[in-house]
Amino acid sequence: SPPVQLKTNSSDVLCLDASRPWLCFWILHSLELLEQPIPAAVASEVCQFLAHCQSPTGGFAGGPGQHAHLAPTYAAVNALCIIGTEEAYNVIDREKLLDFLWSVKQPDGSFVMHVGGEVDVRSAYCAASVASLTNILTPKLFEDTTNWILSCQNWEGGLSGVPGLEAHGGYTFCGTAALVILGKEHMLDLKALLRWVVSRQMRFEGGFQGRCNKLVDGCYSFWQAGLLPLLHRALFKEGESELSRQRWMFEQQALQEYILLCCQNPTGGLLDKPGKSRDFYHTCYCLSGLSIAQHFGNMDLHHELILGKDDNRLAPTHPVYNICPERVAQALQHFHRLPAPEDPRSSKNDNGIF
Amino acid sequence: MSGVEETLNETVEVKEDNEFDGEVEDHPVDDYMADPTRYVFYRDRKDWADLEPVPQDDGPSPVVKIAYSEKFSDVYDYFRALLKNDERSERAFALTADAIELNAANYTVWHYRRVLLQALAKDLREEMRYITAIIEEQPKNYQVWHHRRMVVEWLNDPSEELEFIADILSQDAKNYHAWQHRQWVIQEYKLWESELEFVENLLEEDVRNNSAWNQRHFVISHTTGFSDAGVLDREIQYCLNQIRKAPHNESAWNYLKGMLQDRGLSTQPGLLEKVLELKETHCSPYLLAFLFDCYEDSLESSSQKENIDEEEQKISLKKALEICELLAQDKDTIRKEYWLFLGRSLKAKYGGGDGGTDALSEDPEASVPTSEPQELN
Repeated sequence: SPPVQLKTNSSDVLCLDASRPWLCFWILHSLELLEQPIPAAVASEVCQFLAHCQSPTGGFAGGPGQHAHLAPTYAAVNALCIIGTEEAYNVIDREKLLDFLWSVKQPDGSFVMHVGGEVDVRSAYCAASVASLTNILTPKLFEDTTNWILSCQNWEGGLSGVPGLEAHGGYTFCGTAALVILGKEHMLDLKALLRWVVSRQMRFEGGFQGRCNKLVDGCYSFWQAGLLPLLHRALFKEGESELSRQRWMFEQQALQEYILLCCQNPTGGLLDKPGKSRDFYHTCYCLSGLSIAQHFGNMDLHHELILGKDDNRLAPTHPVYNICPERVAQALQHFHRLPAPEDPRSSKNDNGIF
Repeated sequence: MSGVEETLNETVEVKEDNEFDGEVEDHPVDDYMADPTRYVFYRDRKDWADLEPVPQDDGPSPVVKIAYSEKFSDVYDYFRALLKNDERSERAFALTADAIELNAANYTVWHYRRVLLQALAKDLREEMRYITAIIEEQPKNYQVWHHRRMVVEWLNDPSEELEFIADILSQDAKNYHAWQHRQWVIQEYKLWESELEFVENLLEEDVRNNSAWNQRHFVISHTTGFSDAGVLDREIQYCLNQIRKAPHNESAWNYLKGMLQDRGLSTQPGLLEKVLELKETHCSPYLLAFLFDCYEDSLESSSQKENIDEEEQKISLKKALEICELLAQDKDTIRKEYWLFLGRSLKAKYGGGDGGTDALSEDPEASVPTSEPQELN
């Protein structure tokens, strides 16, 4: 019988009381990678719970009654798209969501994570992800965002959280994936970024580090390795003729070995590195990284590399959104049938007057 | 770890006054005035009796339910009540501290606390002391650093910041939030003066501290810049010295390249020779990659010149391809796919008539894409 983890949690997650949509996403995505069906009743309960996390002013909060925040908004929308039912899609108030995105947009193109909150490149990714999936993306909304994200690419070739800081896997993924959504990934120095990310794979451990000269961590199996499918596609679009047709440009076998041999808790769940305790975040991102390492290509060209038994095979994941590609397609199809919401801020008459 | 994962993955070290929970019923509730160290639930406090607590509305069938302690539920039930009424009072302010202690990642509580700080015209110096203590306890939390930044902005006083951040960095020299705050302070208040010295000290302690190398780049690019020949020479010398001391330190090599890549690695006179010297005694995959980059850059720049020296190009190409092969097959095999790609790319771009070496082609590919799983045992 399918696990019912979603329903109860230990007291160890008090610190995640402002991240409950994340728990929904980490768990649902892990289950979809493991090809475990979500019982309809559970799916419906998740929809209703996330509806309770939706703010009356738009966007989703870390829990009922809290303020909206881009991170749980990203997680909630992804979780609802994984469920993929009409009920799930209908939870999202698209008009209000657009209002929320405008409310956190900054004049320099960046976004704060929540009203009165901090800026970093995660916010651009969260905003671009939900806006594109739910078809509320207007060019005006992301005006100057491209340039702001580009200013996060530093001397190391990777991207930092805000301009000036050290290149970091999580932020690099967010910035790059956001640019892919905006169709602007070619404006990065792709070669420098490629050199940086491939250099983050540890030659002994096989897994990835988040930053140069730091330790390996299972979660970077997704944030870092997940960049390679994005770069592969970007380089291909730029006319690169020498790309492999079978492999990503990282050591797929070594990453699978690291995850399977070093990142599993014998009683279930995955983790950062041996000696650390399991948690839903690492379970989600280790599995996501394992999926990336197992599957090369896209719909037209697909090459699998499964380390160990056949049933180690996970479902493929979409490298931009990190939910299964079928769910992405289905959500896009659903929301693109709906009209993009009235966005008075995005329209000017010819005189430039609103 | 710090960064994206922090907000999602803070392991719980929540302090609970568990030892008091059993005793609460035994004592009259007024006693908490007499003995303020004994914890009393808000629901039992007379001075809160006017407020109706608001239970969390998870809906009829909640998922990802958290097993809140009694204390947690009590505090947050009252927090929700305050929020609902938008109450701006001393008691509300005091409660936010309890709520923060229970979950310092609750950004709604922090926001409310800031509203109260302003509405009640609270003593911001005292708030600085408070936030200093909280950050010392939980230095890998986004909200605490953002809060500190707001208070510093309101006070318009950065005078404690560099020392405070230095203290946090002394406990974790790579704390991303700390560096972010430090860069903000320095840039906002123009406190560049002693930062290069600070960076050098950190690099003395740990030459592999990539955050410190990044800060070095940050300071120089915002002050003298890298265009000044004197600065460039000094920095190159500094790098090479650090490399001699620790040849397998990727940060130093990355910095060397990062500094020079915009103007072209091959434009630095004498550098290639120095690196070739180092190759004998201080070789590393990073040195070899740097050599590759030098050769690639010379191919790039010579191909743009009016009179292309074909012989020279051929030699550079050959050397570059040899390094790719060496790295892919022997010195940096974890990046084999990447080095093979670079080799193919370079050959395609500059290979010209020459057949080139076969060794760089990857394993035979199917001309028709295959979707058969390949098992690795």
